[in-house]
Amino acid sequence: MSPKTLYDKIWDAHVAHEADDGTCLLYIDRHLVHEVTSPQAFEGLRMTGRTVRAPDKTIAVPDHNVPTTLDRANAATMTEDSRIQVEALDKNAKDFGIHYYPVSDVRQGIVHIVGPEQGWTLPGMTVVCGDSHTATHGAFGALAHGIGTSEVEHVLATQTLIQKKSKNMKVEITGKLRPGVTAKDITLSVIGVTGTAGGTGYVIEYCGEAIRDLSMEGRMTVCNMAIEGGARAGLIAPDEKTYEYCMGRPHAPKGAQWEAALQWWKTLYSDDDAHWDKVITLKGEDIAPVVTWGTSPEDVLPITAKVPAASDFEGGKVGAAQRSLDYMGLTAGTPLTDVEIDTVFIGSCTNGRIEDLRAAAEVLKGKKKKDGIRAMVVPGSGLVRAQAEQEGLAQIFLDAGFEWRLAGCSMCLAMNPDQLAPGERCAATSNRNFEGRQGRGGRTHLMSPAMAAAAAITGKLTDVRELM
Amino acid sequence: MNKFETLTGIAAPMPLINIDTDMIIPKQFLKTIKRSGLGVNLFDEMRYDDDRNEIPDFVLNKPQYREAQILVAGDNFGCGSSREHAPWAIADFGITCVIAPSYADIFYNNCFKNGILPIALPQEQVDVLMKDAEKGANARMIIDLDAQTVTSSDGEVFTFDVDPFKKHCLMNGLDDIGLTMEKATSIDSFETQAAQSRPWV
Repeated sequence: MSPKTLYDKIWDAHVAHEADDGTCLLYIDRHLVHEVTSPQAFEGLRMTGRTVRAPDKTIAVPDHNVPTTLDRANAATMTEDSRIQVEALDKNAKDFGIHYYPVSDVRQGIVHIVGPEQGWTLPGMTVVCGDSHTATHGAFGALAHGIGTSEVEHVLATQTLIQKKSKNMKVEITGKLRPGVTAKDITLSVIGVTGTAGGTGYVIEYCGEAIRDLSMEGRMTVCNMAIEGGARAGLIAPDEKTYEYCMGRPHAPKGAQWEAALQWWKTLYSDDDAHWDKVITLKGEDIAPVVTWGTSPEDVLPITAKVPAASDFEGGKVGAAQRSLDYMGLTAGTPLTDVEIDTVFIGSCTNGRIEDLRAAAEVLKGKKKKDGIRAMVVPGSGLVRAQAEQEGLAQIFLDAGFEWRLAGCSMCLAMNPDQLAPGERCAATSNRNFEGRQGRGGRTHLMSPAMAAAAAITGKLTDVRELM
Repeated sequence: MNKFETLTGIAAPMPLINIDTDMIIPKQFLKTIKRSGLGVNLFDEMRYDDDRNEIPDFVLNKPQYREAQILVAGDNFGCGSSREHAPWAIADFGITCVIAPSYADIFYNNCFKNGILPIALPQEQVDVLMKDAEKGANARMIIDLDAQTVTSSDGEVFTFDVDPFKKHCLMNGLDDIGLTMEKATSIDSFETQAAQSRPWV
């Protein structure tokens, strides 16, 4: 048998039909659904008299629109259009009989945090969702990617997707990370190298000692941003950490089925002599704590660097960099650590898990945010929130002057009331620094939870290593 | 879905790289439960000021491009969020063809589901077409999907690649779901076999 990558193996196990031209019907094991990209798909089913083919493999949770303030049970906290979307999901979940975690359920949260937490996401699965950050689930060695609403409808109706196979890219992070360097710094640094289109047409497998050393939470952070590098999906081969994370979760297999699953999961790795279409290697020790300075996730620099000039770039990037500098209100040559911020946002599907909150709390413990800084922590799920309260993290955030919110996507995409004002500058643990992403005219600097916590204390972009 | 065969129309130039789907349709317009009506908000934050007045410098606000049916843009068009609201907004505005050196994967696929043809051409050729688009309303390009060609207003012809299956669906306005349902037996047998080999799924 010819050697295969992990992607090849998962792909081969899910081809339900292959046409002569290589177009495949890929069977989907888990379909995650949220309120923003699904209403038109369910409407499409109703209009054509179709049903959901596999409701037991379809899981819905509202996350993008929901307020994260403590009074959200009061319907008045939502705008009418947001409420209509959430109510549409309530109704669609009920009408079509799919698994559902409503806003009132403690298990509600960001769909990419809820899936793994509830054991829906397991190694070797195909997972899709009408959301680009579905790549997150690749941390389990699941082939997971975002789809559009027409494809959501297609999966609802047929439990398959029409796909052509992507190419294989290996991203290896060798050796150990230095203190203060996290999974977020890895994933941003990789995008800094590849650019936001470097992964287009590929599925990335992340490997190497620094990846193996990461917890499952860290691995999810890495895979989450595979899409920001343009890749269809990011993957990490499952190992003991993966099995340990999955074991005992509500929807993970039990008993003999667990043993059977484990036996298969242990075959899910790239063969030694598998073919890679592209290979990128970074040394773990070369990765520094990083921040973004511009309006593309590829605009990454070590925190010790200075704001670049447009003339430092080539081709179309010259104009793009100038536009970014203007939008961000930055002057070339300014040390990044001189950039003052207004707001700190800790949360999102990239960094809203328990380990992220622990890392931020570690920096904030016994300290206070700088006066005048708006700071909020938005846990990724109700269960993350409960655990953080149990571990005393919530109290650390409150003592430091942070708002302690309920779960949701919140200021990552600012579809709910959590938004930046024009010109407001934010240290954010989310995944996109696009123009207007966190609110019209808002300025976003992406970084790790520890770095965001450090910025809250000093009021500036800060090298967290100086506070350690 | 509308069929796409040939198109003769005005092309609007947007010489920017990494045009993301947040730019194409900002999140405040995702709170709809319909597919239609988003054209007025296409590129909303670049197109209108805080008081909702049109920004005259923005390409689609210029008189010569208000009826544009083609968009010529920079590398990595449609990156970021998977929101299909982006192609919905583009199509609702009246644009049914985009020409750029490259596209983000999800956006590219979403286009074909909505009667939009995304054409990828080498940078040098896009540069030529960008210059052509900058001539304004009198410079009409011709797109022929069957022949897989773009003809500039000067008569220069560029050929492009497109996946044959996607081309077939676009030319015939075919519904993917209907086509897949014809293969229901394959899906049934896959499910039966998977229930044996991976019963925990």
